[in-house]
Amino acid sequence: MSDSVTGRTESKIDVRDFELFYGDFRALKGLTASFSKDRITAIIGPSGCGKSTFLRSLNRMNDLVEGVRVRGEVALDGVNVYDPSIDLTWLRSRIGMVFQRPVVFPMSVYENVATAPRVQGVSGKRELDETVEKSLVAVGLWEDVKDHLHDPALSLSLGNQQKICIARAVSTSPEVVLLDEPASALDPIATLKIEDLMWTLRDRYTIVIVTHNMQQAARASDYTVFMLDGEIIEYSDTKTLFTNPKDVRTENYVTGRLG
Amino acid sequence: MPNPRVAFENQLKELEDTLLSMGKEAAAMLEDALLALKDRDVPLAKATIARDDTVDKLRFTVERKAMELTATQQPAARDLRRIFACISIASDVERVGDYSVDICKTAVRLADRPLFKPLIDIPRMERMVVQMLQDSLEGFVSRDIGLIEKMIKGDDEVDHLYHYLHDELCDFMKRDPALVDQAVQLILISRYLERIADHITNIGERVYYVETGELRELHQ
Repeated sequence: MSDSVTGRTESKIDVRDFELFYGDFRALKGLTASFSKDRITAIIGPSGCGKSTFLRSLNRMNDLVEGVRVRGEVALDGVNVYDPSIDLTWLRSRIGMVFQRPVVFPMSVYENVATAPRVQGVSGKRELDETVEKSLVAVGLWEDVKDHLHDPALSLSLGNQQKICIARAVSTSPEVVLLDEPASALDPIATLKIEDLMWTLRDRYTIVIVTHNMQQAARASDYTVFMLDGEIIEYSDTKTLFTNPKDVRTENYVTGRLG
Repeated sequence: MPNPRVAFENQLKELEDTLLSMGKEAAAMLEDALLALKDRDVPLAKATIARDDTVDKLRFTVERKAMELTATQQPAARDLRRIFACISIASDVERVGDYSVDICKTAVRLADRPLFKPLIDIPRMERMVVQMLQDSLEGFVSRDIGLIEKMIKGDDEVDHLYHYLHDELCDFMKRDPALVDQAVQLILISRYLERIADHITNIGERVYYVETGELRELHQ
């Protein structure tokens, strides 16, 4: 059963009866949910439940997959992103994405963060410098790298490389940031640093994070969505979902009893 | 269910068994305290007072086990409520032990001569309270909300008896001031029993919380 949580902060993304098919396989089954503006929403569920597919539907990353068909609506500030008139480049500047493995370009730190604004048409050096600095400040890396901006990004630790990816994602001043298992490849300390970073970014961005780490969802989100077999089973504020979930399937999952 | 979490369940059971042992010990102390009073049995009163050490130690064991489980197993939902409830219930059971000690001390004070009237209502109160304690622990183990609700109604009867006893003993004291020494001690004992009953209703509220996720006052 899918359930949208209303009456909290205003919503940034509204999903209505959204379905996704990989060929004949119905991966997402009539999802309806709203993601609150400037809040962190975590999506949890067992492998294969559709959580990454759902996340990638929010910024149409699934368009890149052959054989994908969708039905229903994903509305960003009331505008359906699946409308044929939508410019995908514009969409990707409004909704940034961070992946599981830090994928820094084989370029300098500066170039990594400057690339997206450049593609957007920012060309003046002063403007680019400001954007790069702002993005690196936002992810708490500026002090560490400001004297090493032209060092190769690959020379940074994995945790800091992931922060570069987040800096890249926020460099276009998006309104939404999607994170797909952003800390899975990182050690526990780096993981906690990424979670702290998410809390500092929260006031400025609507954040949606997919994670298979329940404790991460519990630590680092305002709201949690629990999915199973392509459906939303429960969606509530994180504290309630982890202390007193309504659905027995949610209870079994968060207590580690669902395989 | 694919993952019964046997190791975790065993540890949870150990925690709850420790709590139940504590409850049984406190219930035994209460029964012996009243026996010591009725029979003017000073050695029994003193032996019962000494048993409070066991109850206190068990409380620390419950807290320690609860903390270890929380640190190592990342419990959530009902598991988490169960663990927190054990800590809270242990605190209330410890108070039952403490009040039983108070009853024993009063029994020692009263032991030097016969009581001016036979004990009728105090043993009645004690039987109700012991039953409440047994029901609360049984309700905890069997997850029986109905039993908890029935147990909590028993608290009203205990309160009623307490007020009745209080008024009756005050009347005795007004009519014959020489009775004051003994009558005041008896009022104290009935007060201890009334407080024990209150603590047991707290236990009931915690059991209710584990099952429903709702923390609320279930009695006046």
